[in-house]
Amino acid sequence: MFRPMHNDPVREGATSATLNFTFDGRPMTGRAGDTVAASLLANGVVACRETPVSDTPRAPYCLMGVCFDCLVVIDGVGNRQGCLVPLAEGMAIETQHGRRHFAEARA
Amino acid sequence: MHSAIPSEPDAVVVGGGVVGGAIALGLARSGARVAVLDEGDVAFRASRGNFALVWVQSKGLGMPDYALWSRRSADDWHQLAAILAEEADIDVAYSQPGGFMLCLSQDELDQRVDAMRRLHNSRAPTNFPYEVLDHDEAARRLPGLGKDVVGGLYSPLDGHANSLKLFRALREAAARRGVDYRPNSPVERIVPHDGGFAVAAPWGEIRTARVVLCAGLDNARLAPMVGLEAPVKPSKGQVIVTEKTEPFLHNPMATLRQTDEGGVMIGDSQEDLGFDTVVRQPVLSVMAERAVRMFPRLGGLNVVRTWSALRVMSPDGFPIYDQSQTSPGAFIVTCHSGVTLAANHALTLAPAILSGTLPEAVASFSARRFHVPAHA
Amino acid sequence: MTPVSDIAALAERYDLVVVGAGPAGLSAAARAADLGLSVLLADENPAPGGQIYRAVTTTPVTERAVLGDDYWRGADIVARFERAAATYAPRCTVWSLTDDPAAPGTFEIGLSLDGKARIIGAAQVILATGAQERPFPVPGWTLPGVMTAGAAQIALKSAGIVPSGRTVIAGCGPLLYLLASQLAAAGTEIVAVLDTTPRANWLKAAAALPDFLRSPYLAKGMKLMVATRAKLRFVSGVTGLAAAGKDRLTEVEVARGGRTETIACDTLLLHQGVIPSVNLSNAAGCAHDFDEAQHCFVPRVDSWFASSVEGIAIAGDGAGIGGAESAALRGEIAAFDAARRLGRLTPEERDRQAAPISAELERCLRGRRFLDLLYRPAPQFLSPPRDDTIICRCEEVTAGQVRDAAKRLGVVGPNQMKAFLRCGMGPCQGRLCGPTVVELIAETRGTTPAEVGYYRLRPPVKPVTLAELAALPATEGAVKAVVR
Repeated sequence: MFRPMHNDPVREGATSATLNFTFDGRPMTGRAGDTVAASLLANGVVACRETPVSDTPRAPYCLMGVCFDCLVVIDGVGNRQGCLVPLAEGMAIETQHGRRHFAEARA
Repeated sequence: MHSAIPSEPDAVVVGGGVVGGAIALGLARSGARVAVLDEGDVAFRASRGNFALVWVQSKGLGMPDYALWSRRSADDWHQLAAILAEEADIDVAYSQPGGFMLCLSQDELDQRVDAMRRLHNSRAPTNFPYEVLDHDEAARRLPGLGKDVVGGLYSPLDGHANSLKLFRALREAAARRGVDYRPNSPVERIVPHDGGFAVAAPWGEIRTARVVLCAGLDNARLAPMVGLEAPVKPSKGQVIVTEKTEPFLHNPMATLRQTDEGGVMIGDSQEDLGFDTVVRQPVLSVMAERAVRMFPRLGGLNVVRTWSALRVMSPDGFPIYDQSQTSPGAFIVTCHSGVTLAANHALTLAPAILSGTLPEAVASFSARRFHVPAHA
Repeated sequence: MTPVSDIAALAERYDLVVVGAGPAGLSAAARAADLGLSVLLADENPAPGGQIYRAVTTTPVTERAVLGDDYWRGADIVARFERAAATYAPRCTVWSLTDDPAAPGTFEIGLSLDGKARIIGAAQVILATGAQERPFPVPGWTLPGVMTAGAAQIALKSAGIVPSGRTVIAGCGPLLYLLASQLAAAGTEIVAVLDTTPRANWLKAAAALPDFLRSPYLAKGMKLMVATRAKLRFVSGVTGLAAAGKDRLTEVEVARGGRTETIACDTLLLHQGVIPSVNLSNAAGCAHDFDEAQHCFVPRVDSWFASSVEGIAIAGDGAGIGGAESAALRGEIAAFDAARRLGRLTPEERDRQAAPISAELERCLRGRRFLDLLYRPAPQFLSPPRDDTIICRCEEVTAGQVRDAAKRLGVVGPNQMKAFLRCGMGPCQGRLCGPTVVELIAETRGTTPAEVGYYRLRPPVKPVTLAELAALPATEGAVKAVVR
């Protein structure tokens, strides 16, 4: 979906730390300072959730906390707005499948 | 959106909430031509702030007839739901799985049990089954119950519905039956006239033989115009709604229920602050704290909405049903349990209104009771 | 500037709480602190700058030319704030603002940071929550692959990433050209820029042209527009748009009058201007009016940006769209008045110090009217003609359902519409559907947005958990109200 802008030495690993995380169990890497949503987009993730109303796939829309389409499960807690959460080392991010599920750890 | 000079309907219902909606539908189903006069988008609208219980177990302390009236409505609710499914193509998600009143201290439980016993003694015991539960029994029936719940009361008669779907279904079914619904039409004046009534709204006047006041708090102002009395006052309540979550709670609690949409509704509070409808955090916090103690898994859910609404409260909390003696044909229908009583309103009260005589079952709900010296 | 990362480190009360760390909030907080007030600036993002100066202190984009000179000005505004003696709480949401019953004339503010909520007191409040993009409901706009132009800008500024495949940019307004040029400079494959500016608007905007010609917008705008049009495929007079694809975007259908065309693409970026973010000011009880020129709901403010609730001021684009430079100036003006209300400045002192800033503000806003009139979206992009178009993304309510309820069920306003159809009941709390619901009702009932009104919002205006709420202090009165 997204890729690093061209000729950007920072994104080519020059100064920013690389973070390891997983999305639905798949290992991915991201840049320290990026949000969860940006990291998913940069890794080619197309849809991050399915809606509770109709199970329709959705992806981040506004990236500024307004649309609530970037909802994902982060370290067991669901319905987190990925665009407002900075990526952290070892984060386990998962697709938000519809409604909040109680299998998730409590906040 | 409507003609300036309307033809004379058989009945004018003042107020388009769930009370007015149920009455209007009932009148229309009985063959009447009905007009409903309603306010605009921003109005007190208790119907938009409803907790959606169809509740029986704790009703009627101090007035056995109210317990019977509530029971009757709960019994008829399935019928109302079926009618709305057919006539409005809307499933209002009614179920009667039995309801709980959960207690977070022994004191609370003792008080509730005591109140239930007094209620039990004053109304027909066989018609009002209930059980007193200790923690373990309650936990067995309600998975995920918090350890702080000391116990509770259960009644198989209690249920719930989606009150907003009810509200819409009443409007939809009425529309399909040709009820003339007029928004932005606050009633300024009702003048008894020639055996009928002239009802004045900002756009003009409408004449009718029957007028039914279902205007909630505004009934207090309107009632005297037609020789009726409705000493109702606002009682503020706040409600919290969470984001949608997987179904886990099939039974309603008195102060907590999961809707068919998946959100959890949490109430309830009662404050006498006049017409104040500002949502305030301390009450929200107390309600949230109790809810999380009842079901700890709720703690992690996000609050998506809160509201505060004004219950339409009579001096004793019971409905007021009356026909005017000085102006027969003018009726008043007011209560703060518009969802529970919707079945009665649509199926029993409305046809009676059309016939011109209120049923015996509601005789004790006349406002005349407020003039009788109270006795225990 | 003292940053705070633990909500327990906040004071119980501040003279002034500023919400939002964009240019207005940063400037207001800095000015107020310089005037001797105790100030808290709370912002939900991890770094200051709001949206327009998003990530200005942390951006990985090093080529200055990509983002343009205007963007980097934000660094100065942030630097000034950093020199001021204010408290700064990033990653901190403000979810409620009510009067304080225990201290009339002052406020209680509900905050949440790192999963913990707290109520703090404020003698004065300045809301600087800025703007959001005007919803742009076209068929298929909920498909993965469709985003706002602002989202692409944020991705570029804060993460240095751009859409990876064929990208179409569609809509109208100055930001469209800015974004197209920024993305192009960053190497995005832009296959088309589709301009939905109604041709008729040029005539309507003509009356405001003289001011525009004297304004700073002209030179900047023209340069950008010319440069963009020269390099990219530009399609003007677009009258219809639809995104299509199964589970993700694969093409955009474009109509220009009677002619249609399908453009294969991987990303569609939509933008038709910005509107004030009103949820917090609305929930706080501030009055809002429908501004005809900007065609959106705007809080009612006086010349000092005081709202209808005494003690709450609204600065920046949140009080009406004026752009980044004007936002900073408005923030200063609101801060002067806050200081005056707290008795730290006499009215004369306030007037004297604010005078040059007010004059600058006036110069800054010259030319806005032309832009407002020119870029007012066509009716079909405010009120989607196809009934199957989703207008409430959260609850998946369609335009047809809203029209039907407005017509057949006598629903005259958005609050009743919400009760009947659930539009506005999702987590976004109407941010993406409210304006559209209003337009649809107005269109169906033959009235105006001003008459239709807007949603009535209540706290929390940002997510807060039940556990967070439960942990906040109760009052005896509250306990009595509930436990009975």
